[in-house]
Amino acid sequence: MTTVDGNGNGGVPVLAAYRVVKTFGQVRALRGASFEAYPGEVTALVGDNGAGKSTLIKILSGVQPPDDGELRMDGEVVHFANPHDAKDRGIETVYQDLALAPDLDAPANVFLGREIRRWRYLHNHAEMRRRTAAAFRELGVGLVQDMRAPVAAFSGGQKQSVAIARAAMWASKVIIMDEPTAALGVIQTEKVLELIKRVRDRGIAVIFISHNLPEVLQVADRIEVLRLGSRVARFRRGEADVDRLIAAISGAFSNEEVEAA
Amino acid sequence: MSTDTRPVTVPTEEPETRPDSPLRAVLRNPTVVTFAVLVVIILGFTVAEPSLFFQGDNFLQIAQNVAILTVVSVGTTFVIITAGVDLSIPAGIVLGEVFTVKALNMVGGLDADAGQTNPGYILAALAGGLLAGLIIGLLNGVVVAYLKVPPLLATLGTLGAGLGMSLVLQKGVNTATYALDPVGHGHWIPGVPNLIPIGVLVVVLGFVLLHLAVFGRHTYAIGSNPESARRAGINVERHLLKVYVIGGVTAGFAGFLSVSYFSTTSIGGHSTDNLQAITAVALGGTSLFGGVGSIIGTLIGVWIPAILNNGLVITGVQPYWQQVAVGFVLIAAVYFDHLRRRSRDRG
Repeated sequence: MTTVDGNGNGGVPVLAAYRVVKTFGQVRALRGASFEAYPGEVTALVGDNGAGKSTLIKILSGVQPPDDGELRMDGEVVHFANPHDAKDRGIETVYQDLALAPDLDAPANVFLGREIRRWRYLHNHAEMRRRTAAAFRELGVGLVQDMRAPVAAFSGGQKQSVAIARAAMWASKVIIMDEPTAALGVIQTEKVLELIKRVRDRGIAVIFISHNLPEVLQVADRIEVLRLGSRVARFRRGEADVDRLIAAISGAFSNEEVEAA
Repeated sequence: MSTDTRPVTVPTEEPETRPDSPLRAVLRNPTVVTFAVLVVIILGFTVAEPSLFFQGDNFLQIAQNVAILTVVSVGTTFVIITAGVDLSIPAGIVLGEVFTVKALNMVGGLDADAGQTNPGYILAALAGGLLAGLIIGLLNGVVVAYLKVPPLLATLGTLGAGLGMSLVLQKGVNTATYALDPVGHGHWIPGVPNLIPIGVLVVVLGFVLLHLAVFGRHTYAIGSNPESARRAGINVERHLLKVYVIGGVTAGFAGFLSVSYFSTTSIGGHSTDNLQAITAVALGGTSLFGGVGSIIGTLIGVWIPAILNNGLVITGVQPYWQQVAVGFVLIAAVYFDHLRRRSRDRG
């Protein structure tokens, strides 16, 4: 893997935010925050509650526009009016609450809203099932034998795998995952982290939000730390440990010049 | 949280699908159970009264009797799969009847008898019925999808408003017409009353739209988890509007059929058609919680009460027992749906 990182080793981030400001009434959620994600890397975004992670993610995925600052993809300034714009540019988001339709089977969920059609109005379910099975096999998701079962019958980890595989099938550039392992047990978490690495190895930039610092250290190629609406630290794999992350999250450590605003 | 013990990596020669155990297949498919119930009922009456009950003519008669209920039940299936409900079916039917005769009157065909009628009259009447259904359906859809009024109350409101408007337009009096007799009493297929092929056509259209079309897929998705549908880029409100329009239009069409068959409006009638349709849909395995259901199930659900009624009459039992039996079968069916959900939601 070619490692480029945000600490000055060159390379262009596939998705980046610079000096982003977002205010909700009296609350300044982001005060000039910057963030960079590179292709083929897992970038973890960590920070305490209220640090602005969720707001930053919403801006990166097109859910909300920033008040100020800019978004860049591959170095070019972009504007997302809505999540659709972001999707059109190859950014998929895996939501914390899965956002699967439990009564539909995995292929129907994977292709929901993007059905393969025939005769314009009908769906071609056999083809969707075939492609889903192929993608699941390629990603090592398993579940290939359960293509006809409603996803409600799956365990939490299996559902999360379906959600991630769906994102991986559609994302050409970036997958954003908001606490993908928050509700999972130990073994399921391990499997989801493996899946995240496999997605990364396909050259996708994975943005990974988690409160679980050991997990972050295990899976992340780079870690960016948000505190009070600004980026306060960046680490490459191996540069950080739990103590150092906690120091950065709590404000005791910074390797970043605090940006304007 | 159950612990997942499945292997992450798949053996290369894994078969794509694994045959379900029979029990699981049945649990997953309530339609099979309901169909078994229907078969048992038919077998029972056949044994009791083979010469009268198990006859082609008898089944044709039942099919004709249930045709109008079948049409509205197909529409109701869509509505219930979105986790909604449409109580305004009687209003759609009665207003459909009223618009049917008003349209006939406008084109001068109201007093035509079966010999004098022409396709123009019939098309005008049909357009009238469909228009009434469209109005009721649009109202329901806008109020439910955009104003976010719970469907139970929204359609209760349009039920009252539609029935009242029908009475106003008719000044409380029914209108008779024989202009639609060729539809209601004709035989396009020799020996088969027209209501039967019309009902079959609606079932086929409903089946294609629900099970084979992207529209149906989105209907299931919205009933299953509207937020997931929204995030997948589906315009949930517009889709719900369309679904309630389907419910309204099938009711308006049923009104047209009702005038065709009974040769008169019935502004005081149809008052339990909504409950009959919901019963049929629920008997057929469509979940009132949304996301699950089928047109074939609904068809079976329409036939169970009809067969019971017919069979009880033929065997000389008081047919009122039908209502008692259907009530209990309905409770059993919904309880079964509840069990199925609980066993399924293990994640």
